[in-house]
Amino acid sequence: MTAVAGTADFVRAPAEIRRARILGIVYLLLATVVFLFFAVGTEGDVTFRLGDQPGDLDFTVSAQVLATFTAVVFAFLGGIQLTKGFGAKTNVVLAIAIGLFAFSFLGWAAAGKSLSLIGMLGTTVALAAPIAFGALSGVMCERVGVINIGIEGMLLTGAFTGAVVGTVMSPLFGILGAAIAGGLMALALAVLAIKYRVDQIIAGVVINIFALGLTSFLSSQFLVENASGLNNPGVLGPIRIPLLAEIPVLGRILFDQNIFIYVMYLLVAGMTYGLFKTRWGLQSRAVGEHPKAADTLGINVFRRRYINVFLGGLIAGFGGAYFTLGSVGAFNENMTAGRGFIGLAAMIFGRWHPVGALGAALVFGFADSLQVKLGILDTGIPSEFLLSAPYLVTIIVVAGVVGKARPPAADGQPYIKE
Amino acid sequence: MSDEGTEAKENKEPKEPRWVERVAPKNVDWSSLAVIPFLAVFSALVVGAVFIIFTEGLGSVLPAYGALLRGAFGGWNSISETLLVATPLIFAGLAVALGFQAGLFNIGAEGQMTIGGLTAVIVGISFEGLPAVIHLPLALAAGFVGGALWGFIPGVLRAKTGAHEVITTIMLNFIAFRILDYILKQPFTQAEGRFDPISKDVLESARLPRILTWLPVEGVEMLRLNLGFILALAVAWIVYWILFKSTIGFEFRAVGANPDAAKYGGMAVTSAIILVMVLAGGLAGLGGSNETLGVLGRAFPGFTAQIGFDAIALALLGRSHPGGVVLSAILFGALRVGGRAMQVETDVGIDLIIIIQALIIVFVAAPELVRAIYRIKGGEEARQLTRGWST
Repeated sequence: MTAVAGTADFVRAPAEIRRARILGIVYLLLATVVFLFFAVGTEGDVTFRLGDQPGDLDFTVSAQVLATFTAVVFAFLGGIQLTKGFGAKTNVVLAIAIGLFAFSFLGWAAAGKSLSLIGMLGTTVALAAPIAFGALSGVMCERVGVINIGIEGMLLTGAFTGAVVGTVMSPLFGILGAAIAGGLMALALAVLAIKYRVDQIIAGVVINIFALGLTSFLSSQFLVENASGLNNPGVLGPIRIPLLAEIPVLGRILFDQNIFIYVMYLLVAGMTYGLFKTRWGLQSRAVGEHPKAADTLGINVFRRRYINVFLGGLIAGFGGAYFTLGSVGAFNENMTAGRGFIGLAAMIFGRWHPVGALGAALVFGFADSLQVKLGILDTGIPSEFLLSAPYLVTIIVVAGVVGKARPPAADGQPYIKE
Repeated sequence: MSDEGTEAKENKEPKEPRWVERVAPKNVDWSSLAVIPFLAVFSALVVGAVFIIFTEGLGSVLPAYGALLRGAFGGWNSISETLLVATPLIFAGLAVALGFQAGLFNIGAEGQMTIGGLTAVIVGISFEGLPAVIHLPLALAAGFVGGALWGFIPGVLRAKTGAHEVITTIMLNFIAFRILDYILKQPFTQAEGRFDPISKDVLESARLPRILTWLPVEGVEMLRLNLGFILALAVAWIVYWILFKSTIGFEFRAVGANPDAAKYGGMAVTSAIILVMVLAGGLAGLGGSNETLGVLGRAFPGFTAQIGFDAIALALLGRSHPGGVVLSAILFGALRVGGRAMQVETDVGIDLIIIIQALIIVFVAAPELVRAIYRIKGGEEARQLTRGWST
C-alpha cells in the first residue's frame, strides 16, 4: 500500500512541474503583451492621485515607462518561474504581478489623464468584502474537512434575509437575521454531508439551487408586490474612526468604512489566531487533516464539523447581508452573481489561510474595481470583455495555483466512525 | 428486495477491487434504482405542497398541482410542449451525466449551451440558398463544435493543471454570457433595426422541422415539437452505447471510479478527461442549438433559461444513465410546462418548480434520508461522485 502511495506521488510530480512551467510561460506572454500593447506607441503621462483633492498627493509617471518597467519585471519573473520557481511564495508573487499588470494597464488606459487611485482602492475594499466573507466561510468549513460549494447560496440567503429583516425591524437585526439564515443553510449542508454522507460538492450545489429557488420564489411572491414595506432596508453608512481616519491614504481605506469592513478585518485576525494558536484551532485542523487520528485522541469529529460548518454559514450569511445592507440597499433575484464561487477561488488562492483569503479577495476586488474604472475611462475595449475580467482572473488563478496549495488532507471525505 | 440480504453478504468478501464492481456491476439492483428516485420525486412534491400551504393556504394545493398535471399532459398541445421543453434538458442532462460517469462535475452545461447555440445561430443566419439537408446538419455541427470547445477548456485545465472543473466551468459560464452579449451586438449577427443584443432570425433552411404536423387533430399547427426530440433520443442511445458497450466508455467509467487504478491499468487518464469534457460540451452545445434552431429561431441573452443547471438535478435523478436522463428530462419538462399553467391558473409562482427540483436532488443524493423517512431497510450508500480539490 505504501509503495502504491509512493508511486502515486511520483506520478503526480510531472503535473506540478508542468503547472510551474505554464505559469512561467504566462508571465513571459504577459511581458510581451504589456510591451507590445501598453508600451509601444503610448504617449503621455498618467497622474495617480492618492489624496482626496487633486494635487494633494499626486505622483506622475510616463505611461510608456511604467509599461516598459512592468514588461521587464514580468520577463524577469517568468525567467525565475521557469528555472527555480518561487516555492511557497508563488501566490504572493502572482498577486503582486496581477497588481503591477493592472497598474500598467491603467497607465495605458488613462495616459494623458489623471486617475483617483484612492477612490479605486476604496472600491477595491468594498468589492472585495463579499468575496472575502465567502472565502473565510470556506476556510472555516474546509479546515475541518467539509467542502463548501454552497457559499453562493448562503450569501444569497443572507442578502435576502438581511433585506427583509432589515426593512421590517432594523438594519442591525437584518445583519443578525442574515447570519442566522446563512447558518441554517450551512446546517442543512452539514446534515447532508456529515450525517447522510452525501457527496459534499453535490450537497453544496443543492444548497445553491435551493437558495436561488427559495429567494426567487419568496421575492416574486412577496417582495415585488410590497417593495417599500419588505425590501427597503437602506444602506448602512460608513463609520469614521476618529484620528485613525486622518492618516493619509490608508486612513480612508481602512478606517472610514461601514461595519462590514471592520468585521471583515476582525474576522481575519480572529480566525488566524483561533485556527493557529488555540486548542479549538488545533483540534479543528486535526479533524480536517486526519479525522481518524483526531477521533482516537478523543476529539468529537462530528461535533467539531457541525459547529465549524455552522460558523462558516454564519460568516457567509453575514457577508450576504453586505449585498443588501452594505451596498445596493435592496434585494434583487440572484444578486450575488457568482461572488460565492469567486470567494471559493479566493480561498484556494489564499491557501486555506484567513490572511491569504483576504489578500486573494482584495486581488479579485481590484480586478472588479478596475473593470468599473475602465468602463468610465472609455478605452474602446468592449464592456463585455471588461466584465469577464474577474472570472478570467479566477480561472488563471485556479489553474496556476491550485495544485501548489495543498488542501486539508481529509477535505471532501465523509467520516465514518468504526 | 428479498435478495438484497444475500447480495450484502457477498459484498463483504469482494474478490475484485471495488472500482471494478462499480464500473461493471454484475447485478443491477433495479428495484432500488427505481424506488429511490420515485420516492424522491414524491417527497419533493410533498414538501412543495408545504410551501404552497405556507404562502397561499391549504385550499391551493390541489388546484395548483391539478393545474400542473393538466398543463403538462392534458392534451396534444401539452404533451408536445412537455417533450419540446424536455429536448434541451435531455442534451444538457447527458452532458452532465457523461461527466459524472467519469468523475467530473460539469456545472458548465449552461455556458456550453450558450456558446453552442450561438455558433449554431451564426451558421444558421449565413449561407442563404443552401438546401436544408446540408444547412441544418451544418448548423447543428457548428453547435456541437462550439459547445465542445467550451468543454475542452475546463477539460484541459483539469487534466493538465488540476484546476477543479467546478470552478472553471462556473467561471466559463459567466464568460460565455458576456461573449453572447458581445457577439449579438455585432453588425454581422444583430437583427436589423435593433440596438439590443438579439440575433437575426435563423434561415428557414437551418430550422429544425416540426414533426407532429401530420396528426389528425384540431390545432395541429400549434404543436411545436420538432426534430430535435428525435435527435435527442438518438443521441441518448449513442451515449449509452459509448458508455456501456465501447472500450473508450469503459475507460471513462474506470477513470471516474478510480483514476489511479485506471492509470496503472494502462489507460490514458489525461486524454480521457479531455475527451469526456469535449463530448459533454458538444452535447450541451447541441442542446443550445436545439433552442436557437428549433424553438426560438434566434439567439438573445439568457436563451438557455437555466436549462444547464436543471440538467444537474436531472442527471442525478437519472442516476447518470442515459435512459434515466431521458425519463428525468421528460419529468422536468412536465414540471416546467405544468409550472407555467400553475402560475397562470393559480397564484403559485413558477419558482416553486426550482425548489421542487432542488429537493429532488437532495433526496436522490441522500438515499439514506429517503430510507429513514420511509423506513426502508438496506440498500446502497450515498455515492461519492466527485473528487475534492486535489487531483
